[in-house]
Amino acid sequence: MNLDSLTQNSGEWLRAVGPEADIVISSRIRLARNLSSFPFTNRANTHQKAEIEQYLQGRLQKLDIDLQLDYFNLATITPLDRQLLVERQLVSRELANSEGPRGVAVGANEIVSVMINEEDHVRLQVIRSGFSMDEAWQEADRLDDKLEEKVPYAFSEELGYLTACPTNVGTGLRASVMLHLPALVLTKQIEKVFRALQKINLAVRGLYGEGSRASGDFYQISNQVTLGKSETTIINEIRDVIPQIIAYERQARQTLTRESRPLILDRVKRAFGVLKSAAMMTSEETMDLLSSVRLGVNLGLIDDINIVVVNQLFIHTQPAHLQKLLGRELDSEERNSERARFLRNRLSEMDSMN
Amino acid sequence: MQKCERCTSPATVHITEVLGEGKFEEHHVCEQCYPKYLHDSADLGQGAKALTSDSGGSELEEALFGQQECPDCGIKFVDFRNNHRLGCSRDYDVFRNELIPLLENIHGETRHVGKTPRRYPQTKQAEAEMLQLRQRIKRAVDREDYEEAARLRDQIKTQEDV
Ligand SMILES: [Zn+2]
Ligand SMILES: [Zn+2]
Repeated sequence: MNLDSLTQNSGEWLRAVGPEADIVISSRIRLARNLSSFPFTNRANTHQKAEIEQYLQGRLQKLDIDLQLDYFNLATITPLDRQLLVERQLVSRELANSEGPRGVAVGANEIVSVMINEEDHVRLQVIRSGFSMDEAWQEADRLDDKLEEKVPYAFSEELGYLTACPTNVGTGLRASVMLHLPALVLTKQIEKVFRALQKINLAVRGLYGEGSRASGDFYQISNQVTLGKSETTIINEIRDVIPQIIAYERQARQTLTRESRPLILDRVKRAFGVLKSAAMMTSEETMDLLSSVRLGVNLGLIDDINIVVVNQLFIHTQPAHLQKLLGRELDSEERNSERARFLRNRLSEMDSMN
Repeated sequence: MQKCERCTSPATVHITEVLGEGKFEEHHVCEQCYPKYLHDSADLGQGAKALTSDSGGSELEEALFGQQECPDCGIKFVDFRNNHRLGCSRDYDVFRNELIPLLENIHGETRHVGKTPRRYPQTKQAEAEMLQLRQRIKRAVDREDYEEAARLRDQIKTQEDV
């Protein structure tokens, strides 16, 4: 795998192949683990971090799995490439922006990534398209077992996997689901959903792009508690609540098409029109317009474009992707005009195919 | 252009924290301050509040116990209070009295019931041996016995490759 080829396609999680993919973008499992014989990353010096990296990278190469892992040394690749990995959700923003020896091993299809020297020595992540929590967990659990055969983790019988921050101790598990909820936003019911989730100790966060707030109507729901519950319990608690949110969103979509069809149709067509013709486009506006188009495709209001292409445009118009696709660095004004040009080109390609 | 709320750079990351009860909180930070922002609040969620709130202990107690140092990584509990990160896995033992109420605050529980590494008992032993070896290397280097240090290093290598 090379970083330049990543931009040619999108990771598995964006391919809209999983269950309920019209609403659930992706399901993600993240496990935090540490080596028992080193201080935590924030307390390790450069030499120790290099040792940790070398040790883990070596073990990862030798894992008894049918998955090829490609390693990226985050200390030596360009800031643009680091940003690219962040946009693809293979690396956390925190790891990309930190310092010293650190890296990420990425599996084919970008389903698996293992970050080294993040806040914890190991952050193992599995991300799947659609509502596929169980599959994601099984994969993460299996990989964790394989790695554990080769690596002594910091673990206590009483407190479980020991992590740099006590908010992750125990299972070290963060399970999250990314949802596209444009109809709940439009019908102003989204806060009601948030309140309900908060009551059962689940965290909700808006997804942000460059210069955007909760843009694109994407929301991530994840567990907060990691200690005192088994992995299965944690995952089930999230898994059980998602179908209700999906049902609310579908209901809101139905209400919209039943009661405000002309308004929604107008919104969708206008969004598509602007995307196809604007000369300057910020990342934020792109996300919002694409969100409307995405809703339109899912409601069958527009058939000029399919959902996979819409998903791809969300990621290809992100700053680092755009710059990689164009093959040069751009300042933010250049990005806005190149982003608009990119969208015009892509969408007129679609027209000529129809 | 909006300024970062923590420094004077332009804000490029905009976060909407959902606080519940229909309340939202907007934050605008730059790329440089974003990791710090995460440390201080976001990924901690409720934990952040628990961490910054008083988790037991008067000033006197703080003065008495807050100065205790982890023999492995050297942090004191006040260091943890300041940057919300522990220094090594041993800190969970060293600062146990301070951490248990905190864990109860964050998780509502203080006992792990999830997965256990399958080779846990062996690991524990190997771990102790490894720690011992590393300490012997340090002592050898201190007395400039590099031959011994190299020998011990090889020993670690072969053990790690098992
Ligand atoms: Zn700043
Ligand atoms: Zn320590």
